[in-house]
Amino acid sequence: MKYQSQAVAKPYFVFALILFIAQIVFGLVLGMQYVVGDFLFPEIPFNVARMVHTNTLIVWLLFGFMGATYYLVPEETQCELYSPKLAWILFWVFAVAAVLTVIGYLAVPYAVLAKITGNEYFPTMGREFLEQPTITKIGIVIVCLGFLYNVGMTILRGRKTVVNMVLITGLIGLAVFFLFAFYNPVSLTLDKYFWWWVVHLWVEGVWELILGAILAFILIKTTGVDREVVEKWLYLIIAMALISGILGTGHHYFFIGAPEYWLWIGSVFSAIEPLPFFMMMLFAYSMIKQRRRDHPNKAAVAWALGCTIMAFLGAGVWGFLHTLAPVNYYTHGSQITAAHGHLAFFGAYVMIVLAIISYAWPQMKGRLCNSPQAQRVEILSIWVMCLSMLAITLLLTAAGVVQVMLQRMPADGVALSYMITQDAISSIYWARLISGVFFGLGIALYLYSFVIAQRTHHLAPALEQPR
Amino acid sequence: MSDRFTKGMARNIYYGGSVFFFLLFVGLTVDTVTAIPERENRDQLTESVANGKAIWENNNCVGCHSLLGEGAYFAPELGNVFPRRGMGNEEIFKAYFTSWMNAMPTNVPGRRQMPQFHLTEEELENLADFLIWTSRIDTNDWPPNIEG
Repeated sequence: MKYQSQAVAKPYFVFALILFIAQIVFGLVLGMQYVVGDFLFPEIPFNVARMVHTNTLIVWLLFGFMGATYYLVPEETQCELYSPKLAWILFWVFAVAAVLTVIGYLAVPYAVLAKITGNEYFPTMGREFLEQPTITKIGIVIVCLGFLYNVGMTILRGRKTVVNMVLITGLIGLAVFFLFAFYNPVSLTLDKYFWWWVVHLWVEGVWELILGAILAFILIKTTGVDREVVEKWLYLIIAMALISGILGTGHHYFFIGAPEYWLWIGSVFSAIEPLPFFMMMLFAYSMIKQRRRDHPNKAAVAWALGCTIMAFLGAGVWGFLHTLAPVNYYTHGSQITAAHGHLAFFGAYVMIVLAIISYAWPQMKGRLCNSPQAQRVEILSIWVMCLSMLAITLLLTAAGVVQVMLQRMPADGVALSYMITQDAISSIYWARLISGVFFGLGIALYLYSFVIAQRTHHLAPALEQPR
Repeated sequence: MSDRFTKGMARNIYYGGSVFFFLLFVGLTVDTVTAIPERENRDQLTESVANGKAIWENNNCVGCHSLLGEGAYFAPELGNVFPRRGMGNEEIFKAYFTSWMNAMPTNVPGRRQMPQFHLTEEELENLADFLIWTSRIDTNDWPPNIEG
């Protein structure tokens, strides 16, 4: 850590990990409800657990992105953060809003939450992933604006590298497209059409810029490869991400009431979407191969390299599996979608946030990296989490294939109903739940690596003191 | 990567490509927004349908069900629940729908449970109208069969 103000990333990372744990606990509740339907009913109905599972995921990734930004922008711009104090204030505003929202989900029925937060005056609630009360959404916008101001002022003052320019472009895009969360027309088709401007243009658009920038930063720091080379790769990756991803939004417009031409546009462009993820994998491999130094933080490199592989599998391969319109006609809204969602989010975004935490955390503690003992446990936890998530994905894919074969492909009268099909899949759901438990053990191991790192800190190489 | 392919070229592809495709996307969006009213029968989007959508949202129905294939996959698709359960007859569907909603939860041990939402008769009517209207949207023939 070269600049004092980078330390403001710490609370962001800590809170991100707390929400990550909450996300997985509720994920296990959901997995249990898939096999024991009335588990925790009526106290925590499925929809409530699912809101907590998905909303904590999105919010902890946002905390992770913000922490990553506060950490890497001073180093890239070579000057202190514009206002560490503002970063702290915004941290507390966002954290309190997140906690209150989750309490709201759990404490009262959703309709009551909608009523007490005045949803009738400005209805934005009740849409997938955008379930937050309108007041929370306004809070998110305020936090994002303050955050962008703080980061923008820092970049204006300092060195403008490709990494921080791409990063801030991604973050501005994140804030701008979130504004579509406030647009909720009575027309269901229009509502769905623009809902994807938040969801798709985030995860298959501007978030890829953020991912690319963080990845590039970690690779520059750990491999010592010339910036020129890294920046060329970064530009090419994000170019492909946006060229394929913007019109790739069309793969969500097949069956919601939008015109037929989206069947072609969505299929063709989203078929190219795996390319930027493939390039990210090549990029990471080639930088590590050309490395000019051996950074002792093996765990951070493992997260970064693993991120590109798992993102390629989850977003690239599993996305392509069901993105062509004639295939999606049968798989749309089946467990195949869930399989893709899990591996893509984990590979691309969870792993990049854990990668930057792995790189930055020891440095914020005054070490170049953690002790070899702590790194061994951390790398083991990477394997456990990746293999468990792969198992979850393969099992959900199997569940989806059975669902499509029993429920979607046969003709009327022969096709089984949704619920009978679900019963037929139940043994696969049990195996998925067990994989989920292993994923939880992976997190436990990961957290334990922090304890070991603390205990063995005297065995870790020290960092030069900040100037 | 070859040295002849410079960083400047990569940057230009990024800026040029993303601006071009974003503008194309905006253009297609204008066309889509113009085409949607006919495809979703906007003339039949009554106040009751609009209220039904608000009730759908206020009770987070999409947290378990899917609607036109989007949402959660824990409970049946409802975009075509009208032809599935009402056989295309609005009166039959509304009678079925009301008794279904009032019978929840079933409390059958081990089975997936739907909460009791305590909706009034009028709210149930609105929600049914919303689902009937939704089933008539031109979805390019999705879902493949009546089971959704």
